[in-house]
Amino acid sequence: MTVQELHLALGSRFENVELAQAAVDEVIAAHGADEEARHWVGLAVREAIANAIQHGNRLDASKRVDVAMRFSGGVVEVEVADEGEGFAPEAVRDPLAPENLLRTNGRGIFYMRRFMDDVVYGSTAAGGTRVVLRRRIVDRLEGSQER
Amino acid sequence: MKIDKRVRDGVTVLDLEGKITIGKGDVALREAVQQLLADGVDKILIRLEKVTTIDSSGVGELVSAFTTVTNRGGKLKLVNLPPKVNDILQITQLITVFEVYDTEDEALASFT
Repeated sequence: MTVQELHLALGSRFENVELAQAAVDEVIAAHGADEEARHWVGLAVREAIANAIQHGNRLDASKRVDVAMRFSGGVVEVEVADEGEGFAPEAVRDPLAPENLLRTNGRGIFYMRRFMDDVVYGSTAAGGTRVVLRRRIVDRLEGSQER
Repeated sequence: MKIDKRVRDGVTVLDLEGKITIGKGDVALREAVQQLLADGVDKILIRLEKVTTIDSSGVGELVSAFTTVTNRGGKLKLVNLPPKVNDILQITQLITVFEVYDTEDEALASFT
């Protein structure tokens, strides 16, 4: 039976980005995601977790990043929550603006929005940042009318 | 990420292999370019053929390497972009910033 849900509690270390991406990749591959979808979902998930570690938890290894992945109706949903102090995504500069093109940071959210169908930012009950990423990875479920 | 260094026609070529991603690959690239600059190298060609993944930190590191080398009067160019790396540079519009070549011979000739 393929896994429908996955929950990971990660310490704030960059090596855990690899671990989480590999776990999510294994699940969406089992659900029939093709190589393209696996690559771009993997990159978006990496960015969400890296942001949680770096900007949310500020590299404090004692703070946790929670990753929850659900798969339903051909759509993968990945939720990443940190223990930081919250974040205003609208304050992030447009990385495509000519004056920002040579900046060395500020492209993480752009990556997520580009590679996923839907990216929603919110807050956790404790005031941290929660981001939910969704992407349809299977066009049509076998034996269903769903598109 | 693995980085091999060689010199061809007076240009230092860095052959990158694996992931240019946060925490490891980006740091390795930064250190490799800083070492070249410390050694007085000013013509650098980065070969990306075997790069499988580049995240936003990796892209940032490429930009940083480019601006650092350029600001010191040097040249840093890219060659052999795999499709997914090319996609990223297109999406981020950095394809308009970097000098990118399809073959190493073409890239090397451009330094002269």
